[in-house]
Amino acid sequence: MDRPAASAHARTRRHLLRALGASVALGSPAFRAAAETVKLPFGNGERPLVQYPQKRPLIVVTARPPQLETPFDVFNESVVTPNDAFFVRYHLAGIPTSIDADSYRIAVKGKVSTPLSLSLADLKQMEAVEYYAVNQCSGNSRGFFEPRVAGGQLANGAMGNAKWRGVTLKSVLAKAGVQQGARQVKFDGLDTPVMPTTPDFVKALDVDHALDGEVMLAYAMNDADLPMLNGYPVRLIVPGWYGTYWVKHLTEITVLDGVLNDFWMATAYRIPDNTCACVPPGTAPATTVPIGRFDVRSFVTSVRDGGTVPAGKPFALRGLAFDGGFGIRDVAVSADGGKTWTSAALGSELGKYSFREWQMTATLPAGTHDIKVRAVNSIGQSQPGEPLWNPAGYMRNVVETTRVRAV
Amino acid sequence: MRCTRPLATLIAATSLLAVAAPAGALKIELPPESTSLRAGAGSDLAVRQCVTCHSADYVAIQPPGKPLAFWKAEVEKMKKVYGAPIPDDQIDPIAQYLTREYGDGK
Repeated sequence: MDRPAASAHARTRRHLLRALGASVALGSPAFRAAAETVKLPFGNGERPLVQYPQKRPLIVVTARPPQLETPFDVFNESVVTPNDAFFVRYHLAGIPTSIDADSYRIAVKGKVSTPLSLSLADLKQMEAVEYYAVNQCSGNSRGFFEPRVAGGQLANGAMGNAKWRGVTLKSVLAKAGVQQGARQVKFDGLDTPVMPTTPDFVKALDVDHALDGEVMLAYAMNDADLPMLNGYPVRLIVPGWYGTYWVKHLTEITVLDGVLNDFWMATAYRIPDNTCACVPPGTAPATTVPIGRFDVRSFVTSVRDGGTVPAGKPFALRGLAFDGGFGIRDVAVSADGGKTWTSAALGSELGKYSFREWQMTATLPAGTHDIKVRAVNSIGQSQPGEPLWNPAGYMRNVVETTRVRAV
Repeated sequence: MRCTRPLATLIAATSLLAVAAPAGALKIELPPESTSLRAGAGSDLAVRQCVTCHSADYVAIQPPGKPLAFWKAEVEKMKKVYGAPIPDDQIDPIAQYLTREYGDGK
């Protein structure tokens, strides 16, 4: 995939202008007409490819609010997803398009001893932490659900792996002093609903999770500022957990002595309350719980479904795997539709929340072959051979099949 | 970096922009929307009630061939949980329009 220089250029230009103490409008001169389209592999899967500010051309799921999917080829470029290719997902159309980093503040309030108002400079003076972590939409791959379900019709590109840098939520809450009786911490950002009757997007974590020393307020992504559409200047990082908790443009952290019961916790982003998060296709679950950790997933990235490989001679097969933070222990690959499996070599570990590369050498006779890939994590969780179903189209993690033709 | 001419141009340009935005601001401009709701009986209601809060592609990307029950559930969800001010007597006409144009057509 080509990588236009526009966004890198834009970043450079922004830094130059920052140095001049100026502001800059990104994106306006560089709109690309949606001349290019892609066809995602499910019904009604035609999508325009459009370049948004600070982004290369991405798959437009929806324009307002923006939901942009990463073209899958990007995942074969690098185990780290470039900022200009990282997926975008908003819920509410009132998204910020201009943010002054100097006057930006994060309020810490609620059941705390000392309410705080933290600037970006305040955060950058605190001890920094850094780790790689995958972010993934709860509804990544929803378009493959059968029967189909309503919602953002995504293929597999609503995920990405980045190196996040910032401060731990634990250290921020320690500054404020969490009071006795705290049960949850809620997070709000700058995005707002169009209608006052629409619930604002606010999410919460249990206080033990919030204080685990890993949840992060990130001000850098892959050694650069976060792109605006990924939450500039600060977003919450909840490693191993679905993106719905990764509140963008974070402005309010409120310690609660109760449990947040807003629409986004109590009604939306809920999964069947059972170990598979699944129900028989077409049925409704009796009870639900808020979505949490990622399940295990793995993909072939070096050849696309329907692609070709050389027949009768060795070729390199490559891909990635990840889970909710226990770490990938093994990736097995089958080139005969699942009858026999061979463990792949795992790439270097960038941390338990990161994509993990895998590779192997395969030799296939001429003809059509179903390549399957299946990962296992360190606590023995793996992937189902047949897809699981739930009404919201969350957490798809079936063993993927890539059909190739050896010629 | 060759910046003599461009830098001068940028300084001139930003001195204008700086009036509107504070120093150090990051500002973006989103590309224009490229889809609109299809014309058809009821599209006037749908345009009024649906695309205030989201672009038309939210509708256009949904799975093909879905029946009236699917689309009616979506309209009711928009009213009940997302607070769209859709009068009760417009729910059926909008759902029928969506089914005709984006669903199974029945």
